[in-house]
Amino acid sequence: MIPGAFTYHRPSSVAEAVAILVSHGDEARPLSGGHSLIPMMKLRMAAPEHLVDLGGIADLKGITDDGDTITIRAMTTQHELIASDLLAQKLPIIRETSLLIADPQIRYVGTLGGNVANGDPGNDMPALMQCLDAAYVLTGPEGDREVPARDFYEAAYFTTLAPDEILTAVRIPVPPAGHGYAYEKLKRKVGDYATAAAAVVLTLDGGTVSFCSIALTNVADTPLYAQEAGEILTGSTLDAETVARAVAAAEEITEPASDGRGPAEYRTKMAGVMLQRALARAATRAAS
Amino acid sequence: MSDIEQIPVTMTVNGKKVQRFVEARTLLIHFLREDLNLTGPHIGCETSHCGACTVELNGMSVKSCTMFAVQADGAELTTIEGMANADGTLSALQEGFRQMHGLQCGFCTPGMILRAHTLLKENPNPTEEEIRMGISGNLCRCTGYQNIVKAIQYAAAKLNGTEFQEAAE
Repeated sequence: MIPGAFTYHRPSSVAEAVAILVSHGDEARPLSGGHSLIPMMKLRMAAPEHLVDLGGIADLKGITDDGDTITIRAMTTQHELIASDLLAQKLPIIRETSLLIADPQIRYVGTLGGNVANGDPGNDMPALMQCLDAAYVLTGPEGDREVPARDFYEAAYFTTLAPDEILTAVRIPVPPAGHGYAYEKLKRKVGDYATAAAAVVLTLDGGTVSFCSIALTNVADTPLYAQEAGEILTGSTLDAETVARAVAAAEEITEPASDGRGPAEYRTKMAGVMLQRALARAATRAAS
Repeated sequence: MSDIEQIPVTMTVNGKKVQRFVEARTLLIHFLREDLNLTGPHIGCETSHCGACTVELNGMSVKSCTMFAVQADGAELTTIEGMANADGTLSALQEGFRQMHGLQCGFCTPGMILRAHTLLKENPNPTEEEIRMGISGNLCRCTGYQNIVKAIQYAAAKLNGTEFQEAAE
């Protein structure tokens, strides 16, 4: 399994990387951690003529706290997300999710930017970013634009990212202190994509849900922001009847494929089960 | 295909500086095995699942089948060939694998030991669960992992200067 030949570029700035993409158009691909792209190149299912390695761009590393928002630069690895004290304190759901992605070796090199930009419906970070209402910073020849994670995904591997743009950062509004959270993922083994997974962030006020955001992984050809399910739960006490209605609303928007992970009906039901578990765990973690 | 561009790369592998010209598409595992003749890192699945090709790169465990050699330009690498002590005796991990029967066919062992090497540097006192999660990217089809876990516990104890106590079965 040897990839086709390509020209290797290792720019040291975002501007330089964008310029390479502009001059080669569709024939160029950015390379981050490479654990999606390189396997595809080995199978010759991807054969970019120009590979633009983002690994030498210092500006694409790091996590910064801007008060109400946390900015994570695109080349920050899963391993770095897991090790971040700032995220552990303010956005612990990121660590919980990262630990469920791939395996230790892949987490050393796999990046947040690559995970969200690739448009693979099996990736876990896209639904989490929709749950958190994050925005992606896309840098192209005309400068930066921000696209909400909830508007970024169009179909499997199709996103609003243009061929001459690079996803350079993810900006995440910090949920209130004391929020409850959970990422529940059903998978067959370490390193597998989700059969179904659910991300939940909620806040409680005297036992009543004052805010609830839900998103689902790998049960459609894009991540799914389950807006209606969240709205059903807001104002409730997470009583069994309301949870059942919210779960039904979430299951309703799924459209999974039947594959080795199970038939579509099963995966829809598992999305509901993951949501139910995530709600229960988020509630125990929330300050009331 | 002699017109394919050859790119110079420099790495420090097992403490020795090496310099070669490679094609951009040369995978790190092929560079190690074929250009440097380091055949300890194995090619198992070739799809980044099995971990047999695991090496240490700048303090990280990486699967060398899913990285280009050019990406490792300037890096410091360790392979199983660099694991023994300077006097040729076995390192704590190698000794642990021998004493605890941490290998049968041996195919996964170079990757297992390199992964465990990095794990113990980051976490010198791992729990059994931390060891199992730590090696979750390395497949072994012989041992059932029990003795691999014991081998890593043996090495951790030895490196910490304590006595390895095998848990009661």
